Amino acid sequence: MPRSTRPVRDVLFVDGVRTPFGKAGPKGMYHETRADDLVINCIRELLRRNPGLPPERVDDVAIAATTQLGDQGLTIGRTAALLAGLPKSVPGYAIDRMCAGAMTAVTTTAGGIAFGAYDVVIAGGVEHMGRHPMGEGVDPNPRILAEKLVDPSALVMGSTAENLHDRFPHLTKERADAFAAASQAKYAKAVADGKVQPDLVPVATRSVEQGWGLATDDEPPRPGTTVDDLAGLKTPFRPHGRVTAGNSAGLNDGATAALLVSDEAAAEFGLTPKMRLVSYSFAGVEPEVMGVGPVPATEKALAKAGLSIDDIGLLEINEAFAVQVLAFLDHFGIADDDPRVNPYGGAIAVGHPLASSGVRLMNQLARQFEERPEVRYGVTTMCIGIGMGGTVVWENPHHADYTQEAAA
Amino acid sequence: MTTTDLGTVFPDEVVTTAHVRVVSLPLGAGKAALITLDNGHDHTKPNTLGPATLLGLEKAIDAAYAEPGIVAVAVTGKPFILAAGADLKGMALVTQRPQALALGQLGHRVFGKLANGPVPTFALINGLALGGGLEIALHCTYRTVSTAAQGIALPEVFLGLVPGWGGAWLLPNLIGADKAVTVIVENALNQNRMLRGPQVAQLGIADAAFDGADFIERSLHWVAQVVRGDVVVSRPEVDRSSEAWDAAVARGRAIADGRLHGATPAPYRALDLIAAARTVSREEGFAAEDEALGDLIMGDDLRAGVYAFDLTQRRAKRPAGAPDKSLARPVTKVGIVGAGLMASQLALLFVRRLEVPVVLTDLDAERVEKGVGWVHAEIDKLAAKGRLSPDARNRLTALVTGSTDKAVFADADFVIEAVFEEMKVKQQVFADLEAVVSPECVLATNTSSLSVTEMASRLRHPERVVGFHFFNPVAVLPLVEVVRATQTDDPTLATAFAVGKTLKKSCVLVKDAPAFVVNRLLTRFIGEITRAADEGTPLDVADNALAPLGLPMTPFVLLQLVGPAVALHVAETLHDAYPERFPVSENLRRLVAAGKPGIWSWNEQGKPYLDDSTAALFEQGPTALSADEVRERALAAVAEEVRIMLDEGVVADAQDVDLCMLLGAGWPFHLGGITPYLDRSGVAERAAGGRFLPPGVASVVRA
Repeated sequence: MPRSTRPVRDVLFVDGVRTPFGKAGPKGMYHETRADDLVINCIRELLRRNPGLPPERVDDVAIAATTQLGDQGLTIGRTAALLAGLPKSVPGYAIDRMCAGAMTAVTTTAGGIAFGAYDVVIAGGVEHMGRHPMGEGVDPNPRILAEKLVDPSALVMGSTAENLHDRFPHLTKERADAFAAASQAKYAKAVADGKVQPDLVPVATRSVEQGWGLATDDEPPRPGTTVDDLAGLKTPFRPHGRVTAGNSAGLNDGATAALLVSDEAAAEFGLTPKMRLVSYSFAGVEPEVMGVGPVPATEKALAKAGLSIDDIGLLEINEAFAVQVLAFLDHFGIADDDPRVNPYGGAIAVGHPLASSGVRLMNQLARQFEERPEVRYGVTTMCIGIGMGGTVVWENPHHADYTQEAAA
Repeated sequence: MTTTDLGTVFPDEVVTTAHVRVVSLPLGAGKAALITLDNGHDHTKPNTLGPATLLGLEKAIDAAYAEPGIVAVAVTGKPFILAAGADLKGMALVTQRPQALALGQLGHRVFGKLANGPVPTFALINGLALGGGLEIALHCTYRTVSTAAQGIALPEVFLGLVPGWGGAWLLPNLIGADKAVTVIVENALNQNRMLRGPQVAQLGIADAAFDGADFIERSLHWVAQVVRGDVVVSRPEVDRSSEAWDAAVARGRAIADGRLHGATPAPYRALDLIAAARTVSREEGFAAEDEALGDLIMGDDLRAGVYAFDLTQRRAKRPAGAPDKSLARPVTKVGIVGAGLMASQLALLFVRRLEVPVVLTDLDAERVEKGVGWVHAEIDKLAAKGRLSPDARNRLTALVTGSTDKAVFADADFVIEAVFEEMKVKQQVFADLEAVVSPECVLATNTSSLSVTEMASRLRHPERVVGFHFFNPVAVLPLVEVVRATQTDDPTLATAFAVGKTLKKSCVLVKDAPAFVVNRLLTRFIGEITRAADEGTPLDVADNALAPLGLPMTPFVLLQLVGPAVALHVAETLHDAYPERFPVSENLRRLVAAGKPGIWSWNEQGKPYLDDSTAALFEQGPTALSADEVRERALAAVAEEVRIMLDEGVVADAQDVDLCMLLGAGWPFHLGGITPYLDRSGVAERAAGGRFLPPGVASVVRA
């Protein structure tokens, strides 16, 4: 093929599913359920929901996990694909970019589709923080401290959030708590309206003490949480600090997976896109304020798309910490309670099983696109440990101009 | 007898807990109560069902029904296991018929609650489901099965019971009499054949099958669909005509007669229950099951069956007297001296199980080529049947080679000889081998009767010689008699046991005594039958005298299978050792001399008859015994021989004799091998000075 004529192909987000998210730890519903079984359930659900797709036509399975040990190890994309019953001819691999694992699985495989290496991929992530607590098995290079390459607080995510409060003193604990309470309320309303449930695949939960159960709903949310409830919570990362369990995402277990295809493959298999990929970017920031990462990542992704923040009608931003969302909104001049932002609530309510969350953001944006055909573009963005941010810009296929341009 | 008193009968029951959890069904179908059976151990210790377990399950079912607003109850088990059926150990402790009856009634009462609840019930057959485990499922309104599930069966008849917790009535009414006969009688009597998940669905036992990957999830989704009415379960109509039903039961009877000749009651009781199931009500059917359980649990056939099952499951895996496993040396190459049929069969077995180079030698290239060619052809046949992948076929084919030069054994770790049964020949073979192999190389002999000690006596390293006696057909019969000669050392013995285990054989340690265990007992037994015939008992009377025992074949048919020449050789060896007890029949000598393949000829219908030329060889005396007399004499001889073998220390215990007869001769479970039968028939007392096993070990202790 002559170099100059290789086409860049459109990448379509066809479908995404996730397990209900659980609380990590001995009391959590997934405590005795394997991490790989969580993601296997998601892969099988995608195939069931898209029966027109021949499984052997999946070109790759990219699954992210932050801690790639035990039931999250063994090249989890490959083993999960085999265990999910995909043909042995379908390859797979493992991805890690901490919290943005699933997002990176999507962008990396999307690059492969655009380039023409893939027609169909499954991309997702899993994190069982109960079986694999943060920091399990890490071995930081001693030069990090010796040469002061990174502030020692950079490896403790809660401390990086406190650092953000330092950097932006006007982002107060009160604003963070208000945002957190609103997240709980928005999530509760979304559940009541049946917006969340369609993305969920039930998971059988194992318990030696209680017998089998069935996870059908998210475990972390605390509906009815008020600002007053949050005001008195402990600040575990700093005495008299601002970051609490109430204005942060918890420690959670869960998995996600998405089906991405080229536009030709969508036509071939009769698959209807929920979103079209417009652009994506990752950016680095100082690790001790990793929460600000989405700012440069989004600036970069918008610039590549030739769009401005004013073109973005919906924003799904991961709520690792309320302050980190506020820093993003503050930068772009968006109000704390802007209805474009996380309309179904966010990770503070639903949970954040690290490497799985990226696809949850995409699922929710895709649902909102369906409801809001007047919105042309949306963004999914998240902060990432060791000082990064990632942003993906999506186009709504339900928008009136979408088909016109496709025809043109 | 109340059911709660049963707890005192089963003091050491490993209780399987029935956990109840309320789950939200998918599709907004409502709440269901999900019961999980779990004994708290991993999948290597399956859930079993004793009285305490049943009472716990009953509480769980009651609690499930009491949950406000539930729309369904589902029952499943811990990973890979639903339940492995009744607690057999406990069953062997029942001493009174009322206890046995109560046990049956308790099962019916508890399981019956699953059929008579306020909401539909669903069994999720997630794995192993045997006997009572499968009966739990049969009581439910609907069933799903995992396509990955293995070990689903009603094995009661195999042990000497009937599916008496509802299975004998429910199964034929669910899937029809013919399929029920297959599951309950035919499979049970066919070495306890079990079903896999997809077959369970095909037979109509389960209404839906789902993959193992998300079996519980998909089953509960299906439950939701059924509850909502999205899925309507339809089952093929059962042919309830008396013609079809009677034909099915008659087929079952023919199968039972073919194998057991009416020798043990269980299959016939099961067939009676299946026959009645067409017309009797559920209550009547279950009551009849209770009565059958009462009779069978209080019968010695079941106790012998449970004893035999335990021997084959436990003692066979931990051979009495075997040295520490850690002493075993690795076997990375196997040599086989001889390339005849037996040697070739050994080569095939060794290469398939050990997956190491196997070298055959023989006197000339033609024989070697023939032997190696036979093994290669058998490997090809396995590949053609899909039992070996093309790669595995290539691997195994390349591993089997031959030579006329024993030097190829130089780096072998285990060499077994399967040459002509003559001491001088075998001694020479071992001497030749010793010149080639390392001092640690195990030299094994597949001799069926010669002294292993004498065979080793001229070697520099006699301590590495061991007997390793297979049974024909090598691929089928699971027994290897491992013979410790006088000088055999522990590492050699341990290596032999390790090889036997890798070959998936059950090994029994035996002393170096003439013909070891199985051939000695069979020869003594056939010798008595032959003697009766020689003295004048009609051949068919003599040959069928043991029919009431339900042995796999008559003595003369066995003689034909073994081959008269081999039988004569073993008889002569034993005669040399014990001339009084092991006479050599002149008729047998004439049969061999005439090159006859056996006593009987077979007509076109497969019936035996005595052809004129054989009859002409046979000289009989004037004394005709009745079948009863022949049987008493033969059994007395067997009892006497077992006693002598135990006194000589040929094996550690009577249990080992039984294990040998079960696995090496295919003697039936309901005899417990043989000593339980000799005990309960009184033959042991009359002919061998007392019982072989204490009362209760393989018999009912009546309170």
